[in-house]
Amino acid sequence: MTVGEIITGAVPHDADHHDVSAIRKVAVWVFLASECMFFGAMISTFLLYRSSGGDGPAAEIFNIGFTSASSFVLLMSSLTMVLAHHSYERRDLRQTRVWLTGTALLGITFLSGQIFEFTEFVHGGLTVSSSPFGSAFYMLTGFHGAHVAVGVLMLLAMVFLLPEGRLHRRRGLNVELVGLYWHFVDIVWIVIFTVVYLLQV
Amino acid sequence: MTERAHPSPRVYWVIALVLAALTAVEITIPQVSAFEGVKVPALLSLGAIKFGAVIGFFMHLRFDRKLYRNVFFIGLLGALLLFVIVLLTFEAL
Repeated sequence: MTVGEIITGAVPHDADHHDVSAIRKVAVWVFLASECMFFGAMISTFLLYRSSGGDGPAAEIFNIGFTSASSFVLLMSSLTMVLAHHSYERRDLRQTRVWLTGTALLGITFLSGQIFEFTEFVHGGLTVSSSPFGSAFYMLTGFHGAHVAVGVLMLLAMVFLLPEGRLHRRRGLNVELVGLYWHFVDIVWIVIFTVVYLLQV
Repeated sequence: MTERAHPSPRVYWVIALVLAALTAVEITIPQVSAFEGVKVPALLSLGAIKFGAVIGFFMHLRFDRKLYRNVFFIGLLGALLLFVIVLLTFEAL
């Protein structure tokens, strides 16, 4: 079995299915480990510039109540995601589809909240170029938002692929692997919410 | 190497409730002046508990192969090292 076969899912019929699943899962965990370092660098940069608000607004512009509600939404999306995975393991495709759709909707709600929040901040004078604080803040939360958006696209792809039977264990997207990515996006937000928002007010 | 069975949906709901409760406590801490002295350690501890609950139960690290845990913790350790090195380099720690 070659690396290309593992990635594309074109696995020979005699290949051990569990070997392929395990290799894919390890690959996802390696990817998530590298993402830890990516966000670690981003959070370090934010902490370096947290006091560099210049003449413009900094952490005092945050609306903790609103961001808390967004955080709660993302946290609950992890619950719906794990329930989707549980349903998929039981081969209950209808329930899997319901939970996946719920997770995608919660992700879209979080993203909408982030867009609203960014708009408010820009109107309040905090832009990406207003200060080092603004640059670091938008880079960190913007990249996180981009990760959420990618996750939503993967969830929606699974919702549409599921009823057609194209979401086979050996092929491309897999509920468990997308779930791992989604939960990772959630734990990154747990850190951002604590370090960037709660500790700065 | 061995994997244990994943939890039931009931466990997932309980974990979600605990996470929601911890988030409520987190939001309250900065608003109460009595917690000012313990704000930083309390918020970091609560964040760490939430982080651990999600990776342990929702990402199944408590139940899956130790290999996955080791791979992820290497990345986490790398991120923490990077964090300390950057902040020490710029004398922000």
